[in-house]
Amino acid sequence: MGDSHAAVLSATGLAHRYGDRVAVHDADLSLYPGELVALTGPNGAGKTTLLSLLAGILEPSGGSVAVSGRVGWVPQQPALYAKLTVAENLALFARLENVPDVQKAVDALLHQTGLWDRSDEQVGRLSGGNRQRVNVAIGLLGDPAVLLLDEPSASLDPEQRERLWSFVAGFVEAGTAVLFSTHDMAEAWRPAQRVLSMQDGALSEAER
Amino acid sequence: MRWLLGKDLTILKRSPLLTGILVLYPVILALMIGFALSSPPGKPKVAIYSGIHAGQANMRLGGAKIDVGSYTHQLLASIQPLPVKSSAAAVAAVRSGHASAAIIVPANLIDQVHQLLSQGVGQPSVRIVLNSRNPLERDLVDSQIQTRIDQVESAVSHQLLKAALTDMNQVVNGGPISFAGASVNLMGLKQARAIVARAAARTHDPGLSRVVSFANLAIGGMSLANPVLGQLQTPLAVQRQELAGASTPTAAYAVAIAAVVSEMFVALLLAAALLAAERSENVFSRLVRGLVSRTEIVAEKTLLAAALSALVTFVLACVISVFVPALSWGRVELWLAAALCAGLAFGALGVVLGALAREVAAASLLAFGVALPMAFIALIPSSAVSGALAGVLDVISFVFPFRAALEAVSNAFSGTSPAIGLPLVHLLVLALIFGGLARLLLRRFAA
Repeated sequence: MGDSHAAVLSATGLAHRYGDRVAVHDADLSLYPGELVALTGPNGAGKTTLLSLLAGILEPSGGSVAVSGRVGWVPQQPALYAKLTVAENLALFARLENVPDVQKAVDALLHQTGLWDRSDEQVGRLSGGNRQRVNVAIGLLGDPAVLLLDEPSASLDPEQRERLWSFVAGFVEAGTAVLFSTHDMAEAWRPAQRVLSMQDGALSEAER
Repeated sequence: MRWLLGKDLTILKRSPLLTGILVLYPVILALMIGFALSSPPGKPKVAIYSGIHAGQANMRLGGAKIDVGSYTHQLLASIQPLPVKSSAAAVAAVRSGHASAAIIVPANLIDQVHQLLSQGVGQPSVRIVLNSRNPLERDLVDSQIQTRIDQVESAVSHQLLKAALTDMNQVVNGGPISFAGASVNLMGLKQARAIVARAAARTHDPGLSRVVSFANLAIGGMSLANPVLGQLQTPLAVQRQELAGASTPTAAYAVAIAAVVSEMFVALLLAAALLAAERSENVFSRLVRGLVSRTEIVAEKTLLAAALSALVTFVLACVISVFVPALSWGRVELWLAAALCAGLAFGALGVVLGALAREVAAASLLAFGVALPMAFIALIPSSAVSGALAGVLDVISFVFPFRAALEAVSNAFSGTSPAIGLPLVHLLVLALIFGGLARLLLRRFAA
């Protein structure tokens, strides 16, 4: 589907090592606007390392990443300040992202995540599912062209997963390219249009 | 960076236990130190046995009467006396712990003093029994009793010299004296010399002329003895000298130690825990992907820890200054400068510890683990250990901020230590070095 558009993220020959251990080896990858792509593989296959390289958290040992636009990053564990409220967390990261109208962006995300009525509640008091929604919402600040989610549904029950994917689907429809990792092949195929597989640091396209 | 600062302050505000400890800790410490420094030491309980009966407590020396009882009261002024009926009971009171010490005055003390004065032999003595179970208490009690005994000795010798001078003047000049209940007019050497001189002039007796010469010699000698004995009334004058840059008033130094210890704990714990919390809450990786640089994170944690710990130190100093006048309010800007520089150095070291530990509980434990030996090593006097070890301790104290902070703060408080500039520069250099080290450690922090 993406061939008709220009890629918003392209990785070429991407590699990373932890000492002698090769975590990612010669990975090529392109993401296109409005595309929802799953990255599967067993634990330790290199999924998180690949996402970290794409997000700019880790420096690659080899290869390069080209991005047009902002990249939103959602780590596996909610990366939030438990003592701050939902609105304060969103506002803090909006300011750090240099979002032009912080209040407008926060209000919009509170509505989109369905957390408007919980906006003044400290994040530490939220359920795991709601915390993950705030976690994803922070990744969406500044209207990123690409959203990278590391095992976003790992700690959620089936109902919360449903709500998460319908929430993400809204952004995909709006043109955001989404790449998420999971070790559950069934879950990968359900929302995703395309599935990539990772094994011992090597990336390949998976067949349905 | 200001958003991170605001965020950390909000988190601190919402952590009542942590904030409470941060506020209460220096206030309680300040009050304790203030009371300790401004209160005199307590009076130790001392068993007293005196073999001298009430009627025997006075003795006469020449024309003067010396009341031994009044001097005993002076001796008791600094202790809490526990009267006992025998010397054995006094020893038993110490042995059982009812008294910290015992003073045993022998029954023949007055006779001993008389014998010394009349024959110049013997040494009047009292017996002191000390409990050696607690060396600190023993030394305190011993020094308190000894100080009072020195005062009594000085007063008695003063009285004796005064009596001796009065008697000597009467031998030279003559005058009324009391003898066997009656008043007798003593002639005196000068009057006797005049009489003999007149007789010698009339009779031209060479023997009488020799008596006149002797009288002249005696009068001259005794006149010379007068100022010499007068000097002995004040046997020793103590001259104190303060060398520029060598000493700090003890109270101010004690306050400086308390202030630096509290600043060290607040800054180290705060900086280490705040940085480790970024990782514990998984936020660090989100921050460093272009939102905030690692250098900014190091700077923000260091500055926040420095500002809050300096504030704590300043509040502590203000409270203690109510009790300790040695803290000079005229140097208040130096208090702040020293506290800020110390806070920066401790804060940067705390960030290093936070980066090493990477988890809040471990970071706090590591901060405690580093703080205690750092303070102890810096407080060990060089003269207390051998040369090689002293050198090693000096090097350790030089590369950690405690000693420099103590020098800076004690100087700021009292102004009598060596110049403040050097320790301030030392602290700033340490802050930069630790900041750089923390920045290096943060390269692997997100992993």
